[in-house]
Amino acid sequence: MSPILLIVFLPLIAAAIAGLSNKAFGSVLPKLLTTGALIAACALSWPIFLEHLHGGIAPTVTPVLHWVSSGTMHFTWELRVDALTAVMLVVITSVSALVHLYSWGYMSEDPDQPRFFAYLSLFTFAMLMLVTANNLVQMFFGWEGVGLASYLLIGFWFRKPSANAAAIKAFVVNRVGDLGFMLGIFGTFLVFGTVDIPTILAAAPGMAGSTIGFLGYRFDTLTLLCLLLFVGAMGKSAQLGLHTWLPDAMEGPTPVSALIHAATMVTAGVFMVCRMSPMFEMSPTAMGVVTFVGAATCLFAATVGLVQTDIKRVIAYSTCSQLGYMFFAAGVGAYGAAMFHLFTHAFFKALLFLGAGSVIHAMHHEQDMRFYGGLWKKIPLTYWTMMAGTLAITGVGIPGVFDGVAAIGFAGFHSKDAIIEAAWAAGVPSAFWVGVFVALLTSFYSWRVVFLTFHGKPRWAGSEHIQHAVHDAHGHGHDAHHDDQPSAEDAGHAPDAHHAGHDDHAVEGTAGYHPHESPWVMLVPLLLLSMGAIAAGYVFHGFFIEAEEGAHFWNGSIAFNAHLMHAMHGVPTWVKLSATVAMLLGLGSAWYAYIGKPGFAAAVASNFRVLHTFLLNKWYFDELYNFLFVRPAFAIGRLLWKAGDEGTIDRFGPNGIARLVQLGSVGTARLQSGYLYTYAFIMLIGLTAALTWVIAG
Amino acid sequence: MSGFPILSIMLAIPAIAAVACLFAGAKGARWIALGATLIDLALGIWLWAHFDASPGAAQWQYVEHVRLFGIGGVDFAWALGIDGFALLLIMLSVFLMPICIGASWTAIEKRVPEYMAAMLLTLILMIGTFAAQDLLLFYVFFEGGLIPMYLIIGIWGGANRIYASYKFFLYTLLGSLLMLIAMIAMLLNAGTASIPALMAHDFPAQWQTWLWLAFFASFAVKMPMWPVHTWLPDAHVQAPTAGSVILAGVLLKLGGYGFLRFSLPMFPEASAQFMWLVFALSCVAVVYTSLVALVQTDMKKLIAYSSVAHMAIVTMGLFAFNEQGIDGAMMVMLGHGLVSGALFLCVGVIYDRLHTREIDRYGGLAINMPRYATLFLLFTMASVGLPGTSNFVGEFLGLAGTYKASTLTAFIGTTGIILGAAYMLWLFRRVVWGDLTKDDVRAMPDLSMRELWLLGPIAAAVLWMGVYPESFLAPMRADTARLVERVSRAAPAGDSRPTPGNPAAAPAHGEGHGAAAGEASATNHSGAPAAASAHGGAH
Repeated sequence: MSPILLIVFLPLIAAAIAGLSNKAFGSVLPKLLTTGALIAACALSWPIFLEHLHGGIAPTVTPVLHWVSSGTMHFTWELRVDALTAVMLVVITSVSALVHLYSWGYMSEDPDQPRFFAYLSLFTFAMLMLVTANNLVQMFFGWEGVGLASYLLIGFWFRKPSANAAAIKAFVVNRVGDLGFMLGIFGTFLVFGTVDIPTILAAAPGMAGSTIGFLGYRFDTLTLLCLLLFVGAMGKSAQLGLHTWLPDAMEGPTPVSALIHAATMVTAGVFMVCRMSPMFEMSPTAMGVVTFVGAATCLFAATVGLVQTDIKRVIAYSTCSQLGYMFFAAGVGAYGAAMFHLFTHAFFKALLFLGAGSVIHAMHHEQDMRFYGGLWKKIPLTYWTMMAGTLAITGVGIPGVFDGVAAIGFAGFHSKDAIIEAAWAAGVPSAFWVGVFVALLTSFYSWRVVFLTFHGKPRWAGSEHIQHAVHDAHGHGHDAHHDDQPSAEDAGHAPDAHHAGHDDHAVEGTAGYHPHESPWVMLVPLLLLSMGAIAAGYVFHGFFIEAEEGAHFWNGSIAFNAHLMHAMHGVPTWVKLSATVAMLLGLGSAWYAYIGKPGFAAAVASNFRVLHTFLLNKWYFDELYNFLFVRPAFAIGRLLWKAGDEGTIDRFGPNGIARLVQLGSVGTARLQSGYLYTYAFIMLIGLTAALTWVIAG
Repeated sequence: MSGFPILSIMLAIPAIAAVACLFAGAKGARWIALGATLIDLALGIWLWAHFDASPGAAQWQYVEHVRLFGIGGVDFAWALGIDGFALLLIMLSVFLMPICIGASWTAIEKRVPEYMAAMLLTLILMIGTFAAQDLLLFYVFFEGGLIPMYLIIGIWGGANRIYASYKFFLYTLLGSLLMLIAMIAMLLNAGTASIPALMAHDFPAQWQTWLWLAFFASFAVKMPMWPVHTWLPDAHVQAPTAGSVILAGVLLKLGGYGFLRFSLPMFPEASAQFMWLVFALSCVAVVYTSLVALVQTDMKKLIAYSSVAHMAIVTMGLFAFNEQGIDGAMMVMLGHGLVSGALFLCVGVIYDRLHTREIDRYGGLAINMPRYATLFLLFTMASVGLPGTSNFVGEFLGLAGTYKASTLTAFIGTTGIILGAAYMLWLFRRVVWGDLTKDDVRAMPDLSMRELWLLGPIAAAVLWMGVYPESFLAPMRADTARLVERVSRAAPAGDSRPTPGNPAAAPAHGEGHGAAAGEASATNHSGAPAAASAHGGAH
């Protein structure tokens, strides 16, 4: 049996057993089963990846089951493994296995653990189906499968209205993207006569210059198809315009945010663009759009991330922004760099989320950084691992501008700087400048999290959660806090304008609370991910982005542009230094604002109140969409129902006929009671008449 | 085959059982009805297993022909026989019927023998409609099928059942009269009542237009298409649970079957001529009824409106004039039959406990009814067309086919996946999620064994159709191909018309280029003028 079958289907089997047994086996067995399945899948995935690192491995396709044949359209369930898939396999199975493990600790007090672990494993299965797809429809299956799992996990605490709303929003906004994806598949099938990805990619160059009709206009064929598919990618990867679901998705338990909304699912869009890269390469227009959307998201999300006070939301916007980086890397043709950033980002962003989870765990479910501070001595391991994640995301390292010293740094240094340099080398200076500026913002908001959380004086006294915990410790133990979590969290989640100016003005003091370091089952994943955050960039950069090695490694699974990767090395020294300088500026200003001169941040916020409010409210996207789409949908629905169906169709239709009949002095009562016989009678008469007519004729 | 009249037996068994029910007590009638429907299910499985789907197999199988009488040179016969389309719809009917009997086991308390007889009569008429090969026979089954439905709504329905069945009656009356007249005209023109012969008969174009419109009047109401859909929500709301299951599960498929059996093969030119009418009404239906579904407060009405939206995908696919469209339309019919049936059963389960369909009266059922929540979730996801479930295969193929015919129609049809997700998840959130705050809701027990046996098989079928639809696509593959070939002479051009590629390095890629162009025009019926001429120019 091919190992890929085990990798993909073990999580499904584990999920089915854990989910359907419904607590019949207690919670330990389902947890063992799902975690064990994921560790096994992970153990089987790494050898595949390492084998591909040697390069030159031909793709394999393992057929599973026939799926659909309709006319000339055929597609099957099959599992493709090539270098691109291999990268995704290790990312997915590693992070998923660690998140499963971490959840033993994080979710230990939850009564619904089997369900939680079943959802996590189900998600992993769907994600694996997505990345092993050899045809667009199976990719869409995985695409929707991860959407389902995401919906279920965001809404895991289904008693909370805010979690319900976030789950629905995530699913529906993603469906807007799916509309594009589906139309893209339809168009692709129409043009190429197949949904088989290798066949499409092989035929794509032949369709350059072709035009196609769509909605009454004519477009360049490949541009249209790429853009339709890209709309799908925008939805899944939370790009500007379709990003609104991602921050709300933080309603889900934190391990979910780490696995789905940071490391894996949200990167599916980047994966898709890379998978279809030979087709995107044929359309400069589509590439330009990808670059623009990526850069715009990168910038937008970073600005919003600057001012959020909920620790998970900052990291969520950070994810959104990093995805923007990946997209503009793909847009300028540096698919290797995009995938490299996807790879390193998976480790350090999962680490940051799980670290945030550890902080939240320690702070009794308080998520508002305004009520943190001074935690580094209390939870040192969490602190140091979060530090590793921050060093990775901000891109700390020594650029390769000194003679004899190769560039070396934390994971994000290698991957993000590669993107920024590639933007310059590809001749897209606007993307380059956005990349550099966002590197500054990234550094600022990331260090802001560290400083607000771990440094300064404790500000715990103002937190309702902490007050509750302290009260509980004196009163009736520990077990009540899940029930009252909703209301308190809601309060924490809606930073109203009143609070806006008081970024860091919480009450100081510990309120007698003693944060506790997380159990080992949570710390081990943090430590392992830290290793990834520290070393993944340096160890793997050769395979992903060096011209010769990269071409050998990718082996045609993406449109690897060795020429561009070469050119990256030739960029001017100041370009190579720019990201590092931006990073240092961000670090310095964050230090000044939150450590050096406390109160400075609040002063800036109140001086630029309008801008601050604008950012705090996330550029008012939610309000705009509510006004444009949500409320009109309900209002129009009501109008069509009352004025359309009841007021027009029924009024002039059946009810109108009834009235006419009444006017014609035929008693409706008689008609109503005798309608059945009338009907049968009419049928009979009709038949008789028919036969008579035929005889006569 | 072998001359064994299995179709007649499938009609006779419920007929005998129906009579027996009338002479039995309530308990006896239930068991008789269950037994008879299970025997029919077993026979249906036998039909399916022995259906020859290999290429070159006969189009019509299990054929029976007994001449009844002749009038003016036209012979009428007890003629039965099925092709793949009919086989699958018969399977749907016999699969759902025992489940309906089970769903009525405790919910129906008054006049049980009559009720069971009415259900069995419905089954007879449905199988008869799908198996009939004689125009007269078809008409009797097709129109007669509504009579037990009137009774079920009118006698065992809710408070406002008279208005509902009256509305149902008014709508169908008009359509059926027009259809009858059209059928007479067909007899006159073709001189035969045999449906297979009529399907091969070429009616003059002038006749086709009028005949098509007359049939359309009947099928559009049955479908139902916007704007003649308003009987459906009322009928569903007033019907007992099992009545809703049959109504949504099978009776709504009569319209689609009618298009497939009559409108398309008999009037290809008229079908092409009115394609835009069908597309326009379908587009309106998808958006309109989805938005209306969003604001419903009654669960059954919500699902009823969603049915109208789903049926619009069927009509789009049917009139796309290609294999994907027709296969997709059939798969949506089958998938929707299962899923909406299951959703009505889900409503029935909680209606039996709390006696209200008001969405706001529920909430938090995931807490005290986890099994119910799981199954409801599965059917919700199937209803929104999640891949891996039955409805995805249908919607995907149907819309892919539609895209070839009209990108705008496909675009609007595909917006249904957004709106569908919105109203179904909003329903799920209000009924199953949320906190358990109401005492009477908290007291509701989870699914009983009987209820699990009703929903479990549907769940399995939904997943089967989603993961391995080949079992369902294979029997109708030849029929789809025949139908597409039959209508191809009238197939309108699509609006995509991709031109062949023209890569910069034209000479080097000359060969691939020609191949790509050929493929484009071959797969795209549209192709006709633009692509073909460009193709020619490329050589």
